[in-house]
Amino acid sequence: MMNLLLDDLPALQVMLPLLCAPLCFILRIKGLPWLIAFVTSILTFAVSFMLFNQVADGDILSYAMGGWAPPWGIEYRVDRLNSFFMLLISGIGVVALLFARKSVDSEIIACKQSIFYSAFMLCLAGLLGILITGDAFNVFVFLEISALSSYVLISFGQDRRALTATFQYLIMGTIGATMILIGLGFMYMMTGTLNMADLATRLPEVMNTNTIRTAFAFIVIGASIKLALFPLHIWLPNAYSYAPSVVTVFLAATSTKVALYVLLRFVFTVFGAEFAFGEMPLQHILMFMAVLAVLTGSLCAVFQTNIKHVLAYSSIGQIGYMVIGVALLTTTGLAAGILHVFNHAIMKACLFLAIGCVYYRHGSARIEDFKGIGKTMPWTMAAFVIGGLGLIGMPLTVGFISKWYLVIAAMEQGAIGAVTISIILIGSLLAVAYVWRIVEVAYFNEPTKEKAKIKEAPLALLIPTWIMALATIYFGIKTDFSVIAATNAATTLMGAK
Amino acid sequence: MLVVTALATVFVRDLFAVIMLFGIYSLLSAGFFLNLNAPDVSLTEAAIGAGISPILMLGTLALTRKSLAPSAIKSKKKAWLPIIVVTLTGAALIYATLDVPHFGDPSGPAHNHVAPRYIKESYKEIHIPNIVTSVLASYRGFDTLGETFVIFAAALGVLALLGAIKQGDADDYRQFSDTASLRRHNILHVISKILIPIILLFGLYVQFHGDYSPGGGFQAGVIFAVAFILYALIYSLSAAQKIISPLFLQITMVIGVLLYAGTGVASLLNGANYLDYSVLGQDALKGQHNGIILVELGVGITVASVMLSIFYTFAARALHTNETSEAK
Repeated sequence: MMNLLLDDLPALQVMLPLLCAPLCFILRIKGLPWLIAFVTSILTFAVSFMLFNQVADGDILSYAMGGWAPPWGIEYRVDRLNSFFMLLISGIGVVALLFARKSVDSEIIACKQSIFYSAFMLCLAGLLGILITGDAFNVFVFLEISALSSYVLISFGQDRRALTATFQYLIMGTIGATMILIGLGFMYMMTGTLNMADLATRLPEVMNTNTIRTAFAFIVIGASIKLALFPLHIWLPNAYSYAPSVVTVFLAATSTKVALYVLLRFVFTVFGAEFAFGEMPLQHILMFMAVLAVLTGSLCAVFQTNIKHVLAYSSIGQIGYMVIGVALLTTTGLAAGILHVFNHAIMKACLFLAIGCVYYRHGSARIEDFKGIGKTMPWTMAAFVIGGLGLIGMPLTVGFISKWYLVIAAMEQGAIGAVTISIILIGSLLAVAYVWRIVEVAYFNEPTKEKAKIKEAPLALLIPTWIMALATIYFGIKTDFSVIAATNAATTLMGAK
Repeated sequence: MLVVTALATVFVRDLFAVIMLFGIYSLLSAGFFLNLNAPDVSLTEAAIGAGISPILMLGTLALTRKSLAPSAIKSKKKAWLPIIVVTLTGAALIYATLDVPHFGDPSGPAHNHVAPRYIKESYKEIHIPNIVTSVLASYRGFDTLGETFVIFAAALGVLALLGAIKQGDADDYRQFSDTASLRRHNILHVISKILIPIILLFGLYVQFHGDYSPGGGFQAGVIFAVAFILYALIYSLSAAQKIISPLFLQITMVIGVLLYAGTGVASLLNGANYLDYSVLGQDALKGQHNGIILVELGVGITVASVMLSIFYTFAARALHTNETSEAK
């Protein structure tokens, strides 16, 4: 029995959270939906851990859904790239749900919590489904699941502006998804298959047609919208800022990362790097956009008054770093990009968790509310500072590690590399500016009278926050795990061409 | 005609007319699909595009206003950026079609790789004549499972935003809705009494005959829901809710998705891959048959209850807003 289920790990990875979603929805006893969701997320994390270990030495697991061999049926395909992403996403899911119990109680009315957890699990299942599948159309289906459920999640925000933010995200997201769908349609027209591995072998024959070139453009643009790559990022700041705290934590640390994975998968595995960067000028476009993203994202972050906005704009900048790594087009560059995905997810989760704690006590996250918070909520603020140092790229935090590898990768490149390095430096200086603004208000201003009575956040919120803060330091010192995993993922991707 | 309708949709300002045009557009494209020998797609388009989505849009309209806000009409600010983007996208699409294989060309790649096996082998492997159903429910059954969950997610969204009416208020709506309904119109009354059973019967036919002729869970679910929506429109919302309560719908939509996903789990427990129906009967063909019937039923139940549930939520909201505005 156990052996049977072990063979089915790839299916369980997605089916566990997916099955749990309707259960959360219908079992409306107080606290039960949370418990189901939390337990399932731990199981999901365990499954992705086992999968990660199974493919760690370079094997590829292929699982035929419905027993139909690909390309006739749908294939699940686990390799070192997506298993690393899945480990990250399901791990963040566990931490976010741990934080959710108290935070959701205070932000969402009791009778709708079952819907909330149900949507949360759907979102988790959708993201994992995008990662694990080896079928191009299946990507679209799970993209829809994760997108629809994240619209639902964001609309739970207390601020009424959450609704307009959701609507904006919905429009942009739907355009992105439609673009991907049109691209897939063109590809099917020219090759007659939807399986990614099969596409990769059949595409070269028809590579030189307008149809495939257009399909490529549509898919890249569609994925870039989801990725919030500059200038397609306008949905992101409001969506992050007005969503409930937990949702911000979860989405900030996962959804754009999964979009980056989709981009990587299609560009490197399906179309192949030679076509994408040889025939199409993707490298220059990506590099240019990424540089602009780093500069404008970081610069906008400096001038925001809502701290969630600050971090959202900083995310746009950080996405820029990831794409720079990819656009360097070497294994080291790619590894640095993927490493930054992992590291950024950890520190952004840490920061947004700390903000969630502040929001729990203050009911808002404007910069005025941070006055003197260093004294009233010392633990929360300490975690925030650790995350902030990570964003700047201080040594001993994860942020330093990924920037270090990015710089090394850039140095191999000569002229482009020099530009890249200077951009990274400017970006880091801007990060100092926006993080320092918050830290200054928090530690060097006296709290106003009514705010002085506010106590430290409850333990239930501090524990997940500090798990991420410690992870920020741990993976900043003990780097072998993340660096090896990222390098392996990058080699798989480059070799998969 | 498609083009004319599309253009009209863009230029007409009255939102009511726009919705009707949407319906016409869908009906036209349903005919178009039928011409292309795709009866399954055509049936879906007719049921969803021309049937239920105008109803839902009208429901939205009842919640908002009938025409655009005056500011939106007056502002003649030229939106250059959107126009450029749209033109570029359109140009890219035309550019792409230059190299597409000719329509109906038997040597086109789409007809020569995966598809031939579906056409040649599906009857042997699954033993049902409707290839579309074999592909949807078995070969690519996992995609369909995903789509069912997409529909479930849509219901979650509507319930999250518009649901949760306090139980105490519900009685007020009932009274109000009784007077507002069309139940005093005798002609409608009689005709609907004749029509509704036929619609329900047709829904069941589409559901269970999906293996042999065009149709299946998606279409059947929508048809089924439409019958109840018709009932609600004519006999008042409360009458419909007496037959099927909103809570009941929430339970059935969960049962629907769990039935589909659970069929997959059953294959897992029988030692096969997820959603491999071959192990669900005495032999592989029987198993495929059972599996497909189960998952189609799951889809049908989910779709019907989600559609009806969305309609209920919209309608209850509309009554609520009308009531409050009249109170003023």
